Amino acid sequence: MSDSQTLVQIKGIRDGLLVSLGNATWEELRAALMEQIETRQAFFYGARVAIDVGSQIFHVNDLSELRDALSDRGVNLWAVVSESPTTEKTAQLLGLATRVSKPRPQELVSLPAEEVGEGDAIWIGRTLRSGTRVEFPGNIVVLGDVNPGAEVVADGSILIWGRTRGSVHAGAKGNQSAVVYGLDLSAGQIRIADEGKSLSDQDGETGPAKISLQDGVLHIEVWQVNQS
Amino acid sequence: MGAQVVTITSGKGGVGKTTAVANLGVALAADGARVVCIDGDIGLRNLDIVMGLENRIVYDVVDVIEGRCRLRQAMIRDKRLPELFLIPAAQTRDKTAVTPSDMVRLCEELRGEVDWVLIDSPAGIERGFKNSIAAADRVLVVTNPEISAVRDADRVIGILEAEEKGTPSLIINRLNTTMVRQHDMLSAEDVLDLLAIKLIGVVPEDEGVIVGTNRGNPVALDPKSRAGQAFRNIAKRLSGQDVPLMDLDSNSSLWTRLTNLGRK
Repeated sequence: MSDSQTLVQIKGIRDGLLVSLGNATWEELRAALMEQIETRQAFFYGARVAIDVGSQIFHVNDLSELRDALSDRGVNLWAVVSESPTTEKTAQLLGLATRVSKPRPQELVSLPAEEVGEGDAIWIGRTLRSGTRVEFPGNIVVLGDVNPGAEVVADGSILIWGRTRGSVHAGAKGNQSAVVYGLDLSAGQIRIADEGKSLSDQDGETGPAKISLQDGVLHIEVWQVNQS
Repeated sequence: MGAQVVTITSGKGGVGKTTAVANLGVALAADGARVVCIDGDIGLRNLDIVMGLENRIVYDVVDVIEGRCRLRQAMIRDKRLPELFLIPAAQTRDKTAVTPSDMVRLCEELRGEVDWVLIDSPAGIERGFKNSIAAADRVLVVTNPEISAVRDADRVIGILEAEEKGTPSLIINRLNTTMVRQHDMLSAEDVLDLLAIKLIGVVPEDEGVIVGTNRGNPVALDPKSRAGQAFRNIAKRLSGQDVPLMDLDSNSSLWTRLTNLGRK
């Protein structure tokens, strides 16, 4: 285990995960990488991975085999960083990126809970489509819609600057003072702490609203600008 | 230069991916382009039937990938349009017979040969879908004006954005204007309101499509068919021409159109 961890180092970067390979033969490195992925399946599943292969030389077959093997385990290989021009050419041939620095659409960052303070928030500047789940140990701000089938889960409060038609859960670890603000919460499923409410059956209240927990019951009120 | 690889996908099954591929292939080829349609639905092949070429299949896409035949041998020439080809799916294998890298290689080989490669994706978001989008330069998402189809389209668009295939364009298929007018069906605006991507065409509900599908005669070949016209327009827009959206509401009265305007 410690062996595979020294051969294969994994760190989070803005674009997903960066895997750096140590000094060993490709067979050993590949086995170490696969072992890491197998033992931490939940962590790797759905991840976007860039691999820094150092000076290893890869041909098309090795690299496409690696991409398929990773794809079978739910890992999306998008870039191969290398010092070898042959490997770079191979990566480009397969449509993989060879630089990790270029700006990419934002991916969800998950910070360990202990590093997130009460006032910290994550900024999601796009619409969340069906099947997307955003989870954050602090507060969440979404600039865009939350479509049906999307989930937003925060330990703190949530603000949706858009229409909410999916599921929104504030105070997920039991914080009863968490609140949900939204420009249009009328078709969403809202939960605070352990109390849930589906607003889709209710008429009216389509304007900006605030939902909070009062005496164990979800309470919806019009979000007024001049309210202090 | 080289071909543009366009994948047609949807998430939900039965919304008209295969019909769209057959009709767009026919429409592009009728305009003089060289087109290859690839059936990506390995194990559940359909595109050959819709194009009317099922009894000409000798080799399929898995044969090409596994090296049992040359690419040329698996390209079935259409019986009506000499510039249209089909690479059929294997019926006796499953999606794992092909990998995303295989599709990238196959399409690279085709790029030099033709102007368009159209890939018919299977339903779902698993391996077959991943195979189908691996080589795509451009993706078209087909949906019906139905909440379940729209939800799946939304999911697929999210995945495409995450995989950096760019934002796809949308085809709304089987729109029934009478039902929309009676508020029994989502309108094109309702669908676009949720999905918020570029619309490349709306195809009206048309019984002729079912007849054409069963006979292996895509409606885009029928100059009188309204659905056929819609597909021909989409093909033109794909090639970069600016064609206005068809007026699907042409048989509604002036009064209902005015009230619809007033409602907005």
